[in-house]
Amino acid sequence: MSFEPKNTAVKWVEDRLPIMGMLHHALYEYPTPKNLSYWWTFGSLAGVVLVIQIVTGIVLAMHYTPHVDMAFNSVEHIMRDVNYGWLMRYMHANGASMFFIVVYLHMFRGLYYGSYKAPRELLWWLGLVIFLLMMATAFMGYVLPWGQMSFWGATVITNLFSAIPVVGESIVSWLWGGFSVDNPTLNRFFSLHYLLPFVIVGVVILHIWALHTNGSNNPTGIEIKDGQDSIPFHPYYTVKDLFGLAIFLIFFSAFLFYAPNYMGHPDNYIPADPLVTPVHIVPEWYFLPFYAILRAVPDKLGGVLLMFGAIAVLFALPWLDKSRVRSARFRPIYKQVFWVFVLVCVALTYMGAQSADGNMVEFRGMVPVEINGVVQMKDGVVLMEEGITFALSNVLVSQLLTAYYFLHLLVLLPMIGLFERPRPLPASIAEDVLAKSPAKEEASNA
Amino acid sequence: MTTTTPGEEDGVKRRDFLYVAAGGLGAVGTAAAIWPFISQMNPSADVLALSTTEVDLEGIEVGSEITTVWQGKPVFVRHRTGEEIKKAEDVVVAELPDPEPDADRVIKPEWLVMIGVCTHLGCVPVKEQGEYDGWFCPCHGSHYDTSGRIRKGPAPLNLAIPPYEFLDDSNIKIG
Repeated sequence: MSFEPKNTAVKWVEDRLPIMGMLHHALYEYPTPKNLSYWWTFGSLAGVVLVIQIVTGIVLAMHYTPHVDMAFNSVEHIMRDVNYGWLMRYMHANGASMFFIVVYLHMFRGLYYGSYKAPRELLWWLGLVIFLLMMATAFMGYVLPWGQMSFWGATVITNLFSAIPVVGESIVSWLWGGFSVDNPTLNRFFSLHYLLPFVIVGVVILHIWALHTNGSNNPTGIEIKDGQDSIPFHPYYTVKDLFGLAIFLIFFSAFLFYAPNYMGHPDNYIPADPLVTPVHIVPEWYFLPFYAILRAVPDKLGGVLLMFGAIAVLFALPWLDKSRVRSARFRPIYKQVFWVFVLVCVALTYMGAQSADGNMVEFRGMVPVEINGVVQMKDGVVLMEEGITFALSNVLVSQLLTAYYFLHLLVLLPMIGLFERPRPLPASIAEDVLAKSPAKEEASNA
Repeated sequence: MTTTTPGEEDGVKRRDFLYVAAGGLGAVGTAAAIWPFISQMNPSADVLALSTTEVDLEGIEVGSEITTVWQGKPVFVRHRTGEEIKKAEDVVVAELPDPEPDADRVIKPEWLVMIGVCTHLGCVPVKEQGEYDGWFCPCHGSHYDTSGRIRKGPAPLNLAIPPYEFLDDSNIKIG
């Protein structure tokens, strides 16, 4: 069903710019696998959240002042004086967290169903580029309210670049526009925070273009073979995505109206003070796993390299995964290891929020008295005192989790792909869908 | 040129040269045009001009310190006690992560002037804390001694000493 406009005005435009035909093609002709589950809703949800962020962001920029003396107060002005300013700001701040929740689920979906495998490697790469741009944008946005966490977060993150040998210090001074995080830094972060979302929009267009070139992956991980396997995007998936959106908006609203500061940090309601560092610095929750990896390494450059490496290694995923079967549904070993990996990522997030020098687990009891490493004796009996018998430090736990993160991606993924024996794949998507349909079972019983 | 033979071969070579030369010049020109857009992010003239701070040492009691600001960064000015000086001098320098004798870090032993920025990731360390009774960085747990030298933790270097001079017995100029 190709697009043949009847309206002469539409036809006139179409002959000069075939934009309606392109949309018509994407909605009615673009074949979508008929078996997409709700895990496939997070892509369009991410698109919606991006639009929410851009619209609320443009509104906030109308009332915000990017100057060290006025930034904090202008945010309070938005919260107290601007009509619905509180709503705009809370939507924007919580929207950032929502964006990461949706994108993380979208990425884990891709990992489970092998969506990154040929011929969708570039689709995966473009997604990772969007993820990196999102992190840069979120980081710079968090600096703008110019609270204590804004300032010290900016200081710590920009200082990561000082780990680069020789030119590190020059790069940091170049990023700051001075000798510390100050007004020039705030000004440029505001400029770039406004720019990057539109760069994200550009990469999203490429991401969708790449998606439409080979079509969506699906829960079986096998390609569409004929018309039996697919349905048009509209109305089937527009309706499914709208339902998913409704559920998501309830979730979003619960935070927005009942716990708008739950994902923030109270210290950011204290104006930035360049002379006093808060006792416990934590980044926003979506950076915590990477922060945990950074802190797990006792060496400055090593920590920074491993943290960036944790994302860089994802680019190699299409080649690290040696299995020819995409979907974990047919991969008995990978399926289990995948969930271990998810748990490790969640645990890293938890560890990122813990203090750097504490203990995760601590058992107390009687231990021998030692002075300078020598066990003290009296009358042939070892002297005992109350102390820590066994401790598992936060640093060690983070190190073990970090090791597993890389072990999974660099060792387990290639090895399992080589040795695992996948279950037989269905002949087609249609066959798989019918095999699970209760109607068919009834028919065969009759 | 319409003839075939060496002439055309020659022409192709000349074109190759022109192609590379034009492309090379274009690349140099583009790089030169981009440079101002990169350089504008470096510290501006007014930021560079804020380069000195004077501190009056009168009133800083023995065993106390003040924090002043130089180039937007906190600077610790500490009036050290005899015990702190002795501790700082008694250390075996060769065993330190960033070996530096205390004498190289002070002009007068009782006055320790240093930039209060942790050399790990830039937090401000807290005074009179940590395992070496000097400074402790709350962000990632670096311990500095009474000379501001790194002793334990992720920071790679000692707290930096800014350039400063004594104007008279009770005034210093930093920068």
